[in-house]
Amino acid sequence: MDQGEPQEIRHQSARFADGLMLDCGVQLPELVVAYRTYGALNAACSNAILICHALTGDQYVGENHPLTGKPPWWDQVVGPGRPVDTDRYFVICTNVLGGCMGSTGPSDLRPDGRRWGMDFPPITIRDMVRAQKKLVEFLGIDRLFAVVGGSMGGMQVLQWAATYPDHVFAAVPIATAAYHSAQNIAFNEVGRQAVFADPDFNGGQYYDTGRTPAAGLGVARMVAHITYLSEEALNRKFGRRLQDNDLLRQGGLALFGDIFQVESYLQHQGSTFVRRFDANSYLTITRAMDYFDLAAEHGGDLPTAFAGTPTRFCVISFSSDWLFPTAESRAVARALNRAAANVSFVEVETDKGHDAFLLDEPDLHRILAGFLAGCARHAGLAT
Amino acid sequence: MAKKMRLDLRLIAEMVPPGARVLDIGCSDGALIDELTRTRGCDARGIEIDMAEVTRTVARGLPVMHGDADSDLEHYPDRAFDYVVLSRTLQAVERPREVLRQMLRIGERAIVSFPNFGHWQVRWQLLWSGRMPMTSVWARPWHETPNIHPCTIRDFFMLCAEEGYAVERWLAIDEGGRKSPWRRFSSLANLFGEQALFQLRRISPAIAKAPKA
Repeated sequence: MDQGEPQEIRHQSARFADGLMLDCGVQLPELVVAYRTYGALNAACSNAILICHALTGDQYVGENHPLTGKPPWWDQVVGPGRPVDTDRYFVICTNVLGGCMGSTGPSDLRPDGRRWGMDFPPITIRDMVRAQKKLVEFLGIDRLFAVVGGSMGGMQVLQWAATYPDHVFAAVPIATAAYHSAQNIAFNEVGRQAVFADPDFNGGQYYDTGRTPAAGLGVARMVAHITYLSEEALNRKFGRRLQDNDLLRQGGLALFGDIFQVESYLQHQGSTFVRRFDANSYLTITRAMDYFDLAAEHGGDLPTAFAGTPTRFCVISFSSDWLFPTAESRAVARALNRAAANVSFVEVETDKGHDAFLLDEPDLHRILAGFLAGCARHAGLAT
Repeated sequence: MAKKMRLDLRLIAEMVPPGARVLDIGCSDGALIDELTRTRGCDARGIEIDMAEVTRTVARGLPVMHGDADSDLEHYPDRAFDYVVLSRTLQAVERPREVLRQMLRIGERAIVSFPNFGHWQVRWQLLWSGRMPMTSVWARPWHETPNIHPCTIRDFFMLCAEEGYAVERWLAIDEGGRKSPWRRFSSLANLFGEQALFQLRRISPAIAKAPKA
């Protein structure tokens, strides 16, 4: 985190003194899970929906962000009267393990009093889900009515359904895949190398230097952001339009500087991101995504991961998403068919690319609301 | 739902026992799976190729997969369903014989409806005008129609015999889905029935291979 920022926000959290055994074999001595809840848990504890956030999201899914003041990141999906209706459901969102909004992560102090930094153990999507499971139990909930998430959040949804099938009534993996592709790992690696190349990274121990690897993390964010958009969306939003500056107005050419609007947009994305995100968390979480391969956990056979599952699934993809293309979602849906699972599968037609799950997509919102309402009928949840 | 269900779908719904596991291939707006779920307590699911229909139907809370009969049935395990339904779609698939095989692999029984190309109007038009018939059932010109594999009721009986499927029930129905009175005479049904509705069961291998006495 940047020094001087109002970092001392108290995130609501649960502390588990028994820690967490990680997939890598390391035992975390203590586990903190930061979380937010919205709406009311019913008497039967049967109306809880867990929202899983994506790589750079956090638990503030239903309220303005305490650090940036920005509107909730899934404003159009979570809230009163929204598809994930907080008047009806009890909504839980946690900061993932390895994150930087209050859950145990690389910017925390470790037992010897130093910060973890790059020594933070490698974590997996399954570790994140195990941490969430502890929180869900802590809240007194045995079975979640639904688990919903996009992108890396969708990976967690699939992991939840595979790991705790009897504790998930409905699962909605959006714009995701059952494994991280070589192309996606490649983009993550470019981002990580940008962080490593920043002299202020200081081997991950930048917390006490008064500086952060903002330049490197900014570049990482810029590269990643391109992958979240489609070519059509970039053309539509920016085309080849130029910035309004004196030199260009006079017909001059410049090698550097603020020239194309798309450059300025990406730079803005990079610079705002580094103010709210920790570089070591970025490294840890991107690595967790790279490691994700649900079939590999089941002898290379994805249907085995869902064998006999009682969970109802709704798999959703976006036509212009090239980071998690529809073919990946279709493969998940077909694996669920092989497992004779109850699965709906829809591709939403949009030109907004991977980011569409966060944007104004009426079809997505209708599908989500309808699917959850249908499941609520089957679960016997009162309307 | 307030919307009135097509009569042939109502006939199909009546063939399915309560509580059955059903897959409706080409479920369009989900009317049949909705009916089966609500009134018969079935575990009914759908496959539909038109994404706009899929979107609308999932948004109504019904379990529907985007997919098609030719390429998606192979992804289901053997005997995953009690009934697999294909209504008014057989004539439009790429490989009807393979689709039927898949249906009777993943389901105990298949319910198939199709427009009858043996109807007298079709025969008469081809004979009289020498051109591809156009009727209320076969309503699109030959170069526009998705119906690439038309067949007659008689053709279908022969395919069932070749493939070793037991025809448990069949009936001819008119375009409105009302039963026609040709139940006893398949040659009359083939001449006067606009649509046909079949319930098939795979003759179990044990019976098929039983040694002749």
